[in-house]
Amino acid sequence: MSKVNKRNTQTRRSFLRGAALSSAGAVVAVSSTAKEQSEALITEAQSWAQELADGVDVTPYGLPIEHEGDVIRRNVPWLTADAVSSVNFTPIHALDGTITPQGCAFERHHSGAIDLKKEDYRLMINGLVDKPMIFTYFDLERFPRENHVYFCECAANTGMEWAGAQLNGAQFTHGMIHNMEYTGVPLRTILNEVGLIAAGDLKDKWVFVEGADASSNGRSIPMEKALDDVFVAFKANGEALRKEHGYPVRLVVPGWEGNMWVKWLRRIEVTDGPVESREETSKYTDTLSDGRSRKWTWAMDAKSVVTNPSPQMPIKHGSGSLLISGLAWSGHGAIKRVDVSLDGGKNWRIASLSKPGEKMAVSRFYFHTDWDGEEMLLQSRAIDETGYVQPTKTQLRAVRGLNSIYHNNCIQTWHVGKNGSVENVEVS
Amino acid sequence: MLKFHRAAFLSAALLIAAAPMLADSYGLGRPATMKEIAAWDWNIMPDGAGMPIGSGDAIDGEEVFAEKCASCHGDFAEGMGRWPELAGGIDTLDEDDPLKTVGSYWPYMSTVIDYVKRSMPYGYAGSLTDNETYAIVAYILYSNDLIEDDFVLSNHNALDVEMPNANGFIIDDREETEYANWRTDPCMSNCKDTVKVTMRARVLDVTPIEEASSDSQLVPEASQSGEVSVIQINAVNQELADSGKKVFKKCKSCHQIGEKAKNRSGPILNNMVGHPAASVNGYKYSKSFKSAREAGLIWTEEELAKFLAKPKKYLKGTKMSFAGLKKEDDTKAVIEYLKLYSE
Repeated sequence: MSKVNKRNTQTRRSFLRGAALSSAGAVVAVSSTAKEQSEALITEAQSWAQELADGVDVTPYGLPIEHEGDVIRRNVPWLTADAVSSVNFTPIHALDGTITPQGCAFERHHSGAIDLKKEDYRLMINGLVDKPMIFTYFDLERFPRENHVYFCECAANTGMEWAGAQLNGAQFTHGMIHNMEYTGVPLRTILNEVGLIAAGDLKDKWVFVEGADASSNGRSIPMEKALDDVFVAFKANGEALRKEHGYPVRLVVPGWEGNMWVKWLRRIEVTDGPVESREETSKYTDTLSDGRSRKWTWAMDAKSVVTNPSPQMPIKHGSGSLLISGLAWSGHGAIKRVDVSLDGGKNWRIASLSKPGEKMAVSRFYFHTDWDGEEMLLQSRAIDETGYVQPTKTQLRAVRGLNSIYHNNCIQTWHVGKNGSVENVEVS
Repeated sequence: MLKFHRAAFLSAALLIAAAPMLADSYGLGRPATMKEIAAWDWNIMPDGAGMPIGSGDAIDGEEVFAEKCASCHGDFAEGMGRWPELAGGIDTLDEDDPLKTVGSYWPYMSTVIDYVKRSMPYGYAGSLTDNETYAIVAYILYSNDLIEDDFVLSNHNALDVEMPNANGFIIDDREETEYANWRTDPCMSNCKDTVKVTMRARVLDVTPIEEASSDSQLVPEASQSGEVSVIQINAVNQELADSGKKVFKKCKSCHQIGEKAKNRSGPILNNMVGHPAASVNGYKYSKSFKSAREAGLIWTEEELAKFLAKPKKYLKGTKMSFAGLKKEDDTKAVIEYLKLYSE
């Protein structure tokens, strides 16, 4: 941190010095600048500066301006059999800041995004509870409410990269993540409303959560987590959840794999053990090289990626001032620090975080450098508040082999060519 | 048993102690009725609690499977395209490319029954009777050589069938095998002698092309002769096409049509009437459709009508799981609607 501050101070000082120089030389500059360098954009009146434009109400609910039309979710058609049970990817390469706009936040459905009205929404709580109960959407709005920013990452994010560098784009390698501010009710508040005395000792109890869609996507969550920070959300980034993210109500399970964040949440059952549903046995389990598989690998370990430059965001401006930017997150708490390497992990330098890391939320990092126009092997490495350092792919493979599919949080390498093009590579 | 970061665990422990004594009720919600709970609470526990009452064997199961499951999972549960394989792969989990199926990977019988009953068939979840569920599960187990074809699987004996990978799972051990080693002060300079690029994404070249033009999907592939044979179609009766639009709802879960249409589990249906069969670029047709095209099948209105009445009878081996349009008027109307998008 102190290092960063010092750099900033120096920058400010040199900026002031530079400003003084340029104002002194301003007169000279104007007279000596060749006329042919003047831009018509500036010297000639433009239509937008003379004519009247769109009034209010042209778009009662605004979409991004058409010039941003390529900032969209994309899918990888060969990954799955059918778009109805599939995934697409957040355009993280083209976004900045930390909050993901809902309209381009990745989608993962197991039987399509359903259309469920608030009026038709019911939440059932049953099982080992004092009173099995039904809540309407409007009941949920009457409980005391909280707001929290959390990332939601699919356990399969970066899963295609286990066996080698496959997909050319941060959107495709790391885009199964979004980070939103949720509004809703802590699950413990709702469980308290139905009463947990009947459940007896809560230490070995679980909740089974399922959605209203055809897949229902049931998952078991240990009671410790359910009473800690699990959250029943009905708003994201200030507005209603989008249909594709579970409108009108979804579960938020901070730091844990996205599959547990059940959308269109319709039922919560207090049970005396895990259900061992399809989604927590045949899927979302990690097969090791000896053929055994890990289960209950819920927490998403610390991870980061450089989003710009990246294959979809080549360097177009040539050598000189270059801002490297990226995302970091950890399911075990706040991001403490992010390091950046320009030489494939030989030497590292500390990047700056746009604000102090927040628990189970995405952090934005920046690293400014003066690019000499030579090839680079860009990497980033996240460190979270537990002291965990994001591992290399080699380290992960040494423990897990190549067939884990899920929970790949390895360090990503981008090769930057002299012409500024960027490619997904693996390094020794 | 569970591994939590210490702070999280402590706060959770406190809550557990405090939970039953939290603030009084807010007086929200209403009691759930027994009937409501029965309608939604379907989950089956690993010890068999919640198992539906019923039975079925693989012989019955084969028939139900062929009708309701084979269009995605293959006649022998071997899978089709990217759809899941349900059989085979036993003893492959430690190999380079493990095959994970119900037989080779699923640890609990309860999960199979739960999932088939709850979420299958894809597109009509929860529609199976309990006996159909047991028959399908029996067929899947039989396809994995785990039971004989005349073994009657039921709620009484299902848990006796041994799942080969029952002991193949361990509880998350990252705390010991990974975190303990990776919570260190990281190296900052001269961390390795050399850095070599060992693999490049461009070699595999599997990244989707940016803004893949949907137009390219609309151009029919040249037929075997190298020429596209298109026959003239009759003018569209708009009124009939309008009622066909309603019939088309039955097709929409698998097929898209129109300018922005994309291939889904079925191909897009633009330029279908009057054009050679199986000619949408980028769609993986079944073998039977490919050979029909090679044989020169053209979707005239007459041929289409025959196909839509009984798809599986007309073209044995088609992946299309639709049973067929029962009413002739519906068939006529939907073809008229397809004509709107055919040139």
